[in-house]
Amino acid sequence: MTRALGILAGAAMILLFATLMIVVMPTIQLQSSARIPEGLEPYSDSAARGRALYVSLGCMYCHSQQPRDPGLAPDGLRGWGRPSVPGDYRYDSPHLLGTMRTGPDLLNIGARQPSVDWHLAHLYDPRALSPGSTMPSYPFLFRRTEKPADGSVVVELPPGRAPASGAVVATQDALDLVQYLLELDRTYPVETLPQAGGTGS
Amino acid sequence: MTTAIAFLLAATFVISVGGLALLVWALANDQFTLGPGAASTIFADGEVGRIEDPATPAADREQMQREREDDAVVEPGEDEDARRAEQELVSRREADASTRVPVLWWLVSSLFWLAVASVLGVVASVKLHVPEWLVSEAALTFGRIRPAHLNTASYGWASMAGVAVGIWLVPRLFKARLVGGHWATLGAAVWNLGVFAGVAAILTGRSDGLEWLEFPWQVDVLLVAGGGLAAVPLILTLLRRRVQHLYVSAWYLISALVWFPMLFLTANLPNLFSGVEQSMLNWWYAHNVLGLWMTPLGLAAAYYMIPKIVGAPIYSYGLSLIGFWALALFYSQVGLHHLIGGPVPTWAVTLSIVHSVMMVIPVLAVAVNHHMTVARHWRLLIYSPTLRFVTVGAMLYTAASVQGSLESLRVVNAVTHFTHYTVAHAHLGAYGFFSFVLFGSIYFIVPRATGREWPFPRAISAHFWLVFLGFVVYFWPLTIGGWLQGLAMLDPDRPFMESVEVTKPYLVARSVGGTLMTLGHLVFVVHAALVLGGRSARSAGATLFRRLEEPA
Repeated sequence: MTRALGILAGAAMILLFATLMIVVMPTIQLQSSARIPEGLEPYSDSAARGRALYVSLGCMYCHSQQPRDPGLAPDGLRGWGRPSVPGDYRYDSPHLLGTMRTGPDLLNIGARQPSVDWHLAHLYDPRALSPGSTMPSYPFLFRRTEKPADGSVVVELPPGRAPASGAVVATQDALDLVQYLLELDRTYPVETLPQAGGTGS
Repeated sequence: MTTAIAFLLAATFVISVGGLALLVWALANDQFTLGPGAASTIFADGEVGRIEDPATPAADREQMQREREDDAVVEPGEDEDARRAEQELVSRREADASTRVPVLWWLVSSLFWLAVASVLGVVASVKLHVPEWLVSEAALTFGRIRPAHLNTASYGWASMAGVAVGIWLVPRLFKARLVGGHWATLGAAVWNLGVFAGVAAILTGRSDGLEWLEFPWQVDVLLVAGGGLAAVPLILTLLRRRVQHLYVSAWYLISALVWFPMLFLTANLPNLFSGVEQSMLNWWYAHNVLGLWMTPLGLAAAYYMIPKIVGAPIYSYGLSLIGFWALALFYSQVGLHHLIGGPVPTWAVTLSIVHSVMMVIPVLAVAVNHHMTVARHWRLLIYSPTLRFVTVGAMLYTAASVQGSLESLRVVNAVTHFTHYTVAHAHLGAYGFFSFVLFGSIYFIVPRATGREWPFPRAISAHFWLVFLGFVVYFWPLTIGGWLQGLAMLDPDRPFMESVEVTKPYLVARSVGGTLMTLGHLVFVVHAALVLGGRSARSAGATLFRRLEEPA
């Protein structure tokens, strides 16, 4: 090959073609059949702030948000929920599908574990509630205080894991994060993706 | 659906016609003819048969040359009149020197980021088995250290070292002095600023939240500008080249130059997509940045270094043409295999799996070329640390690619997806292949760019064995641990916590391996600092080792 321009044009065209095939085409398909599932609500303000915190703390690097088909993996049997569909992510930006399951899938954690107290204690001291866990604790989302002020949320810790004196109080950040986790609930019924020869649109 | 099909048909038509036109043009203009001399473009007349390895001491070089002549393999182009080479070697020496400032700037920066990335990597690794370590500050949490490691390693170390090697290759490939090198020097400053700002953004919680695309768009602008500036001398020198044929390394460099900005710009446009669509864009980018940015840079270096060190043209030059275009065609569409089982259209994922498997073609083409060229002169590996690094890198390229093809199959992916197995695989490619090739290339380049020798040959050996053994200790436990983790997750009768417990000893081993690798990097960085600080002997006048005897 002697023409740099030929290589340049060939290389650029091939990448454009690839982009068309694996980004543009599926996007057109998804958007032409886009439907917001009836059970899906936009995130509340608190959950949206919590989601931003989830992004900034990098929870995504250990937790996926995409239960898979029972034919591929027993995600449903673990209580992680039905296989997710594109509509489930309508309000998600950035997407948080994730690529690792160092910890469990969280797309339906709000349905699986709806207790605020559990989540707060778990974020403060993961191994207090989940022995053997390798999740880091997030002490900077909490404050230690001798006398909790009125209206503050005190973290309930199991005996032996609580500080000797005073109490652990959740900051607004912790409450927002937990609110987001609670709103991770995609248990409403959905139509499945169109199957070959099936009834989908 | 109908719109999509209509669009696909129209697009296929337009693209096929365009591709056909390009093919006709290429045939009419003789673009695919690779004459017998084409593979020897990188040699001066009469230079084939002479080894070049600036990183070995003179005595070893003599021994290498003797071994080379004992190989009893006569390469095409060998036994020409060696005296004709001399004039060309003088101008090559000037050309090498012309890259000095920009190459050293990119190189020194990359070494700094290598050290930073290594430390961040070890910290992240230890955190996975000592979860209560360094948890008091949000900036030190695993979810921030890990992306900081990834970004410093890929955009700080790998990309900057790759660009340094690329800039250094330019005059060698085009046989002309580097033109406009100061633009690249400025580019290094801007790029560094970008990586600094990007890592600061991640550590302070301002990440974009997409894997491989964590830097906020304001920072991305800096990388685009820095990369654009680095490309200026490539284009200017290309326009003044004194060779008719473009050597295979140049194909890879030119296309990497087109691909990276296309990928990086598109993927970082803010608010283009959300939800599932964004995940497809994310993985289109993240796999292409490996396949169409790092891989071409690494292959460009390997395609130059291997034949140059052993003094023999590449084994089958025709194969390299197939390897190049097949890589472009297939690698560009593999990204969605990261979303197997995910909520994206199945046909698109299947398309990516097919392309992942098709990658075997370019990988074999490259493997035959690299391995056969070395195999004919394998004893040179004993003397040349440069060749050892590059050859191991090329072998791990084959391994990583074949592993990647297998991993994309649904049966295998069902086990390995979401596990540490994938992390081991990523390091086999980005570290085993790309970083090893870069290490070797840097050992070759620094004496040529600075005119100074490496002062301690033993430090080079120490670097090699530390990172090689370190990587073995890194890779195998993580691979095995990841596989066991995947099996545990697939068995609904075992609680999830078992998949966590089973990995723990393997994660400890990974930290040990990572620490060894980091030690190797520190040896490397200190050694390079000694050369750059002027603490080593000036290299001898001849840029090329002479033949011991004139050919009969």
